[in-house]
Amino acid sequence: MITKRIIPCLDVKNGRVVKGTNFEGLKDVEDPVKLASAYSESGADELVFYDITASHEQRKLFTDILEAAASNIFIPLTVGGGINSVDDFERVLRCGADKVSVNSGAIRRPDLIPEAAAKYGSQCVVLSVDAKRVNGTFHVFQNGGRIDTGLDALEWIKDGVAHGAGEVVLNSIDTDGVKQGFDLEMLKAVNAIVRVPVIASGGAGSAADFVELFHEIPEISAGLAASIFHYGEVTIHDLKEELRREGIQVRL
Amino acid sequence: MIAVVDYGVGNLFSLKCSLNAIQEEAIITRKEEEIKAADHVILPGVGAFGDAVRKLRETGMFDVVKETAASGTPILGICVGMQLLFERDLEFGTHEGLGLIPGTVDAIEPRIPDQFDVPHMGWNPLHYTKECALFRGLPEQTCVYFVHSYAAFGCDAYVTAEAEYGIPLTAAVQNGNVYGTQFHPEKSGNAGLAILKNFCEL
Repeated sequence: MITKRIIPCLDVKNGRVVKGTNFEGLKDVEDPVKLASAYSESGADELVFYDITASHEQRKLFTDILEAAASNIFIPLTVGGGINSVDDFERVLRCGADKVSVNSGAIRRPDLIPEAAAKYGSQCVVLSVDAKRVNGTFHVFQNGGRIDTGLDALEWIKDGVAHGAGEVVLNSIDTDGVKQGFDLEMLKAVNAIVRVPVIASGGAGSAADFVELFHEIPEISAGLAASIFHYGEVTIHDLKEELRREGIQVRL
Repeated sequence: MIAVVDYGVGNLFSLKCSLNAIQEEAIITRKEEEIKAADHVILPGVGAFGDAVRKLRETGMFDVVKETAASGTPILGICVGMQLLFERDLEFGTHEGLGLIPGTVDAIEPRIPDQFDVPHMGWNPLHYTKECALFRGLPEQTCVYFVHSYAAFGCDAYVTAEAEYGIPLTAAVQNGNVYGTQFHPEKSGNAGLAILKNFCEL
């Protein structure tokens, strides 16, 4: 049976990992290549590199880092952040990305999804959605959760998948940063309307949160988190051992 | 020398890096003489079968790969590169493959239970159905990375490993010197590197 994936996310700014402060046995936790390599050794099933830089020069620095990581780490790499065109797909795929996640770029221009899927295949296109409850429905938010697009998240995700997204990352703004567990209600709603893999993001504060996620929603494909791993609150290896003890299949 | 067939399909960066990591000299090429002179040939691929087979023909690689296989050189098809080894596929109409292994390629969606996602994406343990040199030294239930929506069917006699996904999916095949993996060894961590190394040592 396919195993549940555990995916650390590295936010990279000016060539450094943001948030990385306490990773056991690693002297320079802000070095994205070193941190990525340590995660891979620890049993990460995939890695997400999120580019939060703004300028053109910094973008070059980001792709250099990506290339260095991809030369040494032989697990799937997803890149997100600043993906607005098929040219952006090309830029990161050439440097070793396997999958590319679109968020604001697809909101601004929804044709980006079918264009990229036609050129690189659906398996390459990840739809990343930041969603939040508004008056009893889930809305898609933009700019790190500051702007309500007014789009209904379930409709947006359904359309995105119909137009070629091969995977969905659902980040709940309501649970993000709270560390009290994933947004099971929102994840269940999304999981019920698509057949592509759904990755849960936002809210992981402990190994128990991942256990709850996979027990409550057995169809969820993966759990993504950043700070819980960066701060060394739980190692990926220990998390996977805990999941296995709980009867959840993982790669160890 | 290992020749990775470059026919304009897929991202060859990781494959090249993983071969470097196991100290194998590899060239990415579409030159007939280089492919025919290689000790080992790898046929990569992602995306749609029809598109891949069209590009294989347009670049002249269709016949080159067939002839190289006939000469006895070990060939490894990866993902869509593996699917191309079969006789035909049923994706967007019927396309003729290389015909190096009997069997067909078809969508997994109508064949697997509803609760299983499509694409089949992630790390799935392997169940070995037959002894195969590719898996030498690797324990039963070794996890490798898959991402595909189509798979090979009707090729039982050639299957060397399966991945359980509601039904047993063809994970690896062999017909003499022709090998194929539905999964991506270049993305399967140390297990994947070991599989590539085993192939390079054939």
